[in-house]
Amino acid sequence: MVDLKSLVVALPEIELAVANLLFLVAAAVFGRKATRPLGAAAILVFVVAGISLFLPARIGPEGFGAAFGNQFVDDGFARFVKAVVLLASSFSILLSWDFFEKEGQARPEYPVLIVFAVLGMMLMISANDLLSLYVGLELQSLSLYVLAAFNRDDAKSGEAGVKYFVLGAMSSGILLYGLSLLYGFAGSVDFDALSKTLAGRGEPGIVVGVIFVCAALAFKIAAAPFHMWAPDVYEGAPTPVTAFFASAPKVAALALFIRFLFIPVSGVADQWHEILLFLSVASMIWGAFAGLSQTNLKRLLAYSAIANIGYLLVGVIGGREDGVQAVLIYFAIYSLTTLGVFAVILCLRRGGKVIESMSDLQGLSKTNPLLALAMAVLLFSLAGLPPLAGFLGKYFVFLAAVKSGYFELAVTGVIASVVAAFYYLRIVKVMYFDEPSTGFDPVPNWGVRAVVGVSSIALVALTVAPSLLVNGAVSAARHFTGLI
Amino acid sequence: MSIGLSHFLIVAALLFTVGIVGITVNRRNVIVILMSIELILLAANINLVAFSVYQNNLIGQAFTFIVLTVAAAETAIGLAILVVYFRNRGDIAVENANLLRN
Repeated sequence: MVDLKSLVVALPEIELAVANLLFLVAAAVFGRKATRPLGAAAILVFVVAGISLFLPARIGPEGFGAAFGNQFVDDGFARFVKAVVLLASSFSILLSWDFFEKEGQARPEYPVLIVFAVLGMMLMISANDLLSLYVGLELQSLSLYVLAAFNRDDAKSGEAGVKYFVLGAMSSGILLYGLSLLYGFAGSVDFDALSKTLAGRGEPGIVVGVIFVCAALAFKIAAAPFHMWAPDVYEGAPTPVTAFFASAPKVAALALFIRFLFIPVSGVADQWHEILLFLSVASMIWGAFAGLSQTNLKRLLAYSAIANIGYLLVGVIGGREDGVQAVLIYFAIYSLTTLGVFAVILCLRRGGKVIESMSDLQGLSKTNPLLALAMAVLLFSLAGLPPLAGFLGKYFVFLAAVKSGYFELAVTGVIASVVAAFYYLRIVKVMYFDEPSTGFDPVPNWGVRAVVGVSSIALVALTVAPSLLVNGAVSAARHFTGLI
Repeated sequence: MSIGLSHFLIVAALLFTVGIVGITVNRRNVIVILMSIELILLAANINLVAFSVYQNNLIGQAFTFIVLTVAAAETAIGLAILVVYFRNRGDIAVENANLLRN
């Protein structure tokens, strides 16, 4: 029986699901002219869901808790991550505001698919059961496959869709096989029950299950060596979709990864620590070095995302409260920054096409000084230059690793981020010191401009006064570690 | 010789391997990849059902039904993406999917 408490605990998700079914009907009835109203409605629903996350009736011990037979939990950690996901998703709808119209691809399915993906992410974040983990992850992935191929007259977008689908479906299969082994050897699918039964057990079935699940989740967050889809999909997918891929799904999948590692399989931490160390070091190094030779901005940002996942995993390895808190701070700042960078790119069109190559940015400081300044601030933050917010994120992550005795890991991370700084600074150099080529089309719509403005101003605000974010992350991490 | 849990697990492991090999080795046709993905999911299903029977709890079988539904949705979406791809390229050979490579 579904009791009333379950409905209260899962209120934001229920709102999203119900609203999106209405959107689906509206999209089918009104067709193309519903695209903009549905986009606006989707942002509105995200805002409403964000408010209901923190409704007074849900705050306090009775608001937190498990729902639907302990398959779904709501806690401080989940709320923090969901707030980040909702914010990033609203931004990605704004980014598409007139991108698809210019491409002749404006269709109402876009907001509908985004809302379905967000619903999947919120289920993933709150999953407390292998079954809800799988269903949430699939709901998100299936929507993302379609989004990658959204520009259906473009061969590149179609190819990105096929590649993402094939590799994504394979990783889902690997995940499912791993889940079946965990279920078989532990006899349960509930995270809390698993954490009790798995404590201190290292038989091959369980270890293989954990390895399979870790590999599949590493795939979803594009950690090296499971990153091969990322550069192709980032390049081929329409740019607003790429911006979405780089932010919300990564955050949600990482949150799921953290919950999976720290609750059900915490008993086999010795085994997964080794795997995570490898994933983290490989991602940092590969992301930093392979990015050096890229000239396509979207491909470059894919390698940047791989490197950043490496730093985030340093925080996960780092340990319990400090590490989780550092990861929360880092990915909030990272999603904001990367969405801002994509927004700047989306502002720049030449001959009706959004720019893709680094050389297209030549002399941007002369043709459009304000955008160049925003881009420079965002890139400096991605590079982790003090005193910008990106530095703060890296500092906390590496500090958490040092505190738990992973000194070499932190040093590797610092070296990798110095190498990666080269490619961010190269973009700044192209913008400020190269001669301008032909001018850009006029900067279009307020939606994209708003994202550039909000993300760069918020970044500066976080640099000056990081306490709001840090306090939120501290209490979320404390609440999470209280659960372990 | 009676058939025990380990026999089911071996069959599932073999199916899983066939599926993975089918995806990685195949160079010709994306439809074959869809079939291989289906094999991987079925391997997991055999595992789930076998474990469910041997542990005397029903969670595994409930899981299997959900996996079947998701697999159907996954195939539908995969075929739809393939149709989009085929319209643009006129061909679904894996080795020709090389627009995105530098």
